[in-house]
Amino acid sequence: MKLFSWRFIRVWQRNRDVFFRLWHSEAPGFLAEPVIILLAMGLGLGAYVGLIDGQEYITFIAPGIVASYSMFSASFECTYGSFVRMEYQKTYDAIVTTPLNVEDVIAGEIFWGATRSLMTGTIILIVAAVFQLVHSPWALLVPLVSLLAGIMFAAIAIFFTSIVPAIYSFNYFFTLFITPMFFFSGVFFPLDSFPKIIQNLSWIVPLTPVVHLTRALFNGKFEINLLWAVALIIILTLLFFSISLVTMRRRLTA
Amino acid sequence: MIYRNTIEAVFSMAIIRTLNLTKKYKDILAVDRVSLAIEEGECFGLLGPNGSGKTTMVRMITAVSPPTQGDIWIFDNDLKTHSRQLKAVLGVVPQLDNLDPDLTVLQNLITFARYFNISKDEAYKRSMEVLTLFELNNRTNSRIKELSGGMKRRLLIARGLINRPKIIILDEPTIGLDPQAKHLVWHKLTELKYQGITQLMCTQNMEEATILCNRVAVMHLGKILDLDTPQKLISKYVGNKVWEIKVNPDERVAAINSLKRGGVNFEEIGNKIHVFNMEANKSIQDLVNSPDRLVQRPSTLEDVFFRLTGRSLLE
Repeated sequence: MKLFSWRFIRVWQRNRDVFFRLWHSEAPGFLAEPVIILLAMGLGLGAYVGLIDGQEYITFIAPGIVASYSMFSASFECTYGSFVRMEYQKTYDAIVTTPLNVEDVIAGEIFWGATRSLMTGTIILIVAAVFQLVHSPWALLVPLVSLLAGIMFAAIAIFFTSIVPAIYSFNYFFTLFITPMFFFSGVFFPLDSFPKIIQNLSWIVPLTPVVHLTRALFNGKFEINLLWAVALIIILTLLFFSISLVTMRRRLTA
Repeated sequence: MIYRNTIEAVFSMAIIRTLNLTKKYKDILAVDRVSLAIEEGECFGLLGPNGSGKTTMVRMITAVSPPTQGDIWIFDNDLKTHSRQLKAVLGVVPQLDNLDPDLTVLQNLITFARYFNISKDEAYKRSMEVLTLFELNNRTNSRIKELSGGMKRRLLIARGLINRPKIIILDEPTIGLDPQAKHLVWHKLTELKYQGITQLMCTQNMEEATILCNRVAVMHLGKILDLDTPQKLISKYVGNKVWEIKVNPDERVAAINSLKRGGVNFEEIGNKIHVFNMEANKSIQDLVNSPDRLVQRPSTLEDVFFRLTGRSLLE
């Protein structure tokens, strides 16, 4: 495995420039949708749901929405977005003839995907604060969690991108991996409402630790199992980041 | 032949040298022990049919794809260990358009300059320079999809010059262009050669190779069949004139038999037979009994190409 160099920043800058040129075409996805979900579920469903852990339903789901839309941002960016750049626009092919190597390109893509998560997470946090759903100054650390989650989900996504034959394959990724996590990682329902087997499974998938960390920071209440959450995020990030450097190099230099 | 190239590659003062360069894909040998020496300031052409290994050669020399075996030196540096430094002095013009469709013409160049760590002001200055050189300075704010095929190709070449490379590597620089656009590109490439920029190009356009290249290598099935100036290859393989005989299907066998009896070099190409290395008018007319369907014309590199790589499709 080869490591990336500081030159990854050039790819990050390229993606940033394109994003701020075209951001209005992406705004519904990363701005409107999470706010709609938060209000619709929180107020609509919340009217029928009693208090969860002593909280209003909307207060319970707000940190989960921050966490899951951080996941969506990095995952979309580094699957569909990266695949289009790689296969259709041949942007990677152009870049690797300059002093940048494949590893720089992939690191740039991952850190850009993470930046998207950071932006999404921060915006929803602000919306949640405006609706008075944030109850602890520890919430100032939520953007950091969104960023770390972004690096992890971007690395997982780019790994998947490095092995798919066609863009249609991402349906599997979203239907079988991302969407189930959205519902079974404690975003909308406490984990203990599920059968034991799903609870155990839930504690090894990547969204669950992000949801619990974000919720802890929203409430300022910390439990010992958060250490496992931090460890899991670090392990999965290192694992997928390094594997994707290898698989992408194989794909691009054949 | 291979041996001679190997010795040249080891001892010459060439700017690009390859030694026994080999690329294997599963069970296909795409490039087979190619040794080359490209001299500073020359335009070197790689000719060959589809699938002959030209593009694979270029991918290896531009450090995009590592060789299975063999070495590449550029400016006496091993490409394996100095890829970043060497990529910084190469300009690469790909066959397929990989301009950034999300950015304008000018942004494409400035973004590309940033990959080379060129400062913002300098990038702007150089971008305007190359846009002027390629007559695109009135299109700075156009989107890529608004450009014609010829403009895109000019922009690709302009982009390849943004780092002021000492060597530019071009893969089929005029493929798919109309005659005007093609001649404009040729004109610009000739200018670059006079500025002392070494050029390595892959092409299937024989006219292009004849006009632009100082030397050409004819590749086939991953090997170099021969390498020389276009003129020398022509006199060596086909002579200065080629006879074309138009034959009807029913006369074909008889005509071929009589050419074989005469012991001359010929190739069947479509409904014509091309006869090479025959200077005297008389002898060919003796061989074929219908002189009104005989045409004599000057030989071209295309004749060499057919002679060396055969007439059948590879794919």
